[in-house]
Amino acid sequence: METLSFEFPAGQPPRGRALVGCVGSGDLEVLIEPGLAGKLSIQVQTSVNGSEQRWQHLFARMFDGQTPPAMSIDIHDFGATPGVVRLRLEQGFEEIGHD
Amino acid sequence: MTDSAALLNKHSFVELGARQRAKALLDAGTFRELLDPFQRIMSPWLLRQGVVPQSDDGVVIAKGSLDGLPVVIAAIEGAFQGGSLGEVGGAKIAGALELAAEDNRKGIPTRAVLLLETGGVRLQEANLGLAAIAEIHSAIVDLRQYQPVIGVVAGSVGCFGGMSIAAGLCSYLLVTQEARLGLNGPQVIEQEAGLDEYDSRDRPFIWSLTGGEQRFATGLVDRYAADDVAQIRQQVSQLLHLGVPAHHRSGQAELFLQRLARLDNDVQIEPAAVRQLYQGERP
Amino acid sequence: MSSYSLRGLRWFEALSGGASAVQGLPASLKVADVSLGEHTARLLAVVTDPDNHFPRARNGEVGLLEGWGLAKAVDEAIDADRNAVNKRALIAIVDVPSQAYGRREEALGIHQALAGAADSYARARLAGHPVIGLLVGKAMSGAFLAHGYQANRLIALRDPGVMVHAMGKASAARVTLRSVEELEALAASVPPMAYDIDSFASLGLLWETLSVEQIEQPSATDLARVFDCLQHAINDVATAPRDLSSRLGATHRAASSTVRQLLRAQW
Repeated sequence: METLSFEFPAGQPPRGRALVGCVGSGDLEVLIEPGLAGKLSIQVQTSVNGSEQRWQHLFARMFDGQTPPAMSIDIHDFGATPGVVRLRLEQGFEEIGHD
Repeated sequence: MTDSAALLNKHSFVELGARQRAKALLDAGTFRELLDPFQRIMSPWLLRQGVVPQSDDGVVIAKGSLDGLPVVIAAIEGAFQGGSLGEVGGAKIAGALELAAEDNRKGIPTRAVLLLETGGVRLQEANLGLAAIAEIHSAIVDLRQYQPVIGVVAGSVGCFGGMSIAAGLCSYLLVTQEARLGLNGPQVIEQEAGLDEYDSRDRPFIWSLTGGEQRFATGLVDRYAADDVAQIRQQVSQLLHLGVPAHHRSGQAELFLQRLARLDNDVQIEPAAVRQLYQGERP
Repeated sequence: MSSYSLRGLRWFEALSGGASAVQGLPASLKVADVSLGEHTARLLAVVTDPDNHFPRARNGEVGLLEGWGLAKAVDEAIDADRNAVNKRALIAIVDVPSQAYGRREEALGIHQALAGAADSYARARLAGHPVIGLLVGKAMSGAFLAHGYQANRLIALRDPGVMVHAMGKASAARVTLRSVEELEALAASVPPMAYDIDSFASLGLLWETLSVEQIEQPSATDLARVFDCLQHAINDVATAPRDLSSRLGATHRAASSTVRQLLRAQW
């Protein structure tokens, strides 16, 4: 298991928060809360060691060419594929938009 | 709550997570979670063993009403660590039941519904899980004096270990065809007793002995529902309205001892023999 | 050397001092009513029964008959003392290697039998019977949940053979995908995973630990010490709450208290 931190430039914080997923096999839990203006911070606890580059690429691609809201994101990962991670994050972003 | 309405259109209860199950049972707009995941009351023991924790430790405690009756729901998330109970998750269930009993002593008729998907004690927290389960047992027996405690085993993990004993203490039990209920997991029995005694890979055999349908046919549970949100909700409501039963199943020692005394143990047991022995005189 | 433990039986014999056994129970149960100073007490022990009707419960395991039998023995005491001012103490002598693992057990609902025992012990406690668990050997998993873990007060004899756990070492190692050595190393740094009684005591679940001279066959000194401790436990319970709250408060179990405080605040 390892704990990783990431930061990206961001805009204003969202109003809502969201929880999606579960720390089950091949899945992950994502908690999204409003962060400090200008900053998107992500904490990842993952059961897969040596995966920092993979996460970095995944986030960089997701936020490429856009200014995401200022969020504080907590991820508890239990071996999810990049596709599942992306899906969960998009679900979460959609939910904070609704609240 | 818009997502609650959406859930009700999605018929399967089994495929819902713990939080969604609790929401699906409660009256629309009444779901209020205690120690919600954003409070991050997580296991103090998993991280130091290199196991990724979950923000609610796999247990959802929600207050609300069900057909207008005040209830607290404790729902176990079977997908996280097999629904195993550690210190935090166990204390959440025990504590909620203790407060429900306290409510009743103050004249507030809080009932409890337990959504059980669990292998029992979480081995990484071994003795603290076991201790919490003893406290859950105690709290069920206490609360049960005032209001019914309903256990629901929907599937797909089933209910095993110390929490199967908790199920046995409930006022009423509801299962689906997807449920299994038993003390010991198949692999452990095979390991302890051998392949001839219990073949853990023989799924039809295991389901024929411990599956929801057999448990209902042998009177070890009270209701057998389809895997359908509306049907499960309706049956839980009916059970809540029945109030405290005249006799709890776990208080029937004499009856069960008489039945066991009639059993011919020269031959290995078959599902039909259990039905025959236990049917017809359901308490 | 027998493969099964005789401790439960020996302590039952010593503590009961030849009092006549309660009849009408499975042969794997030893139950007797005794005087303990000014108190009366019902002693209950699960013992080996090589002729047990259920072959998987012949070595002292808690199985179908044992679960329901304990329930019956406790229920009788509750009924007999229903109108008594001083209700007899129930003393569970705990030396239980495991629950019974078998096909008959699962098929016939061993979970329900153990629920029967836990139910009766818990109801007895709520009704005002002092319920004491005296750990003289193994107190394992489901067997302990059915026989002892509902006690107001837990007393453990200080001995390497006295251990509380959720699963035997070999099985626990297999289930958690570790070797027994790895499991032991881990247990040394994670108190709830340890098997020894001192680690268990650090969780705050025991009321008392006692040293004895001859745990396999109690000496007169041992017996006097245990008698004395049991009486103290019974007195201690008299004015205390009938719940299990006395088990909370240890630093190794801080989360159990925190969770309850937060639940109460948010209730």
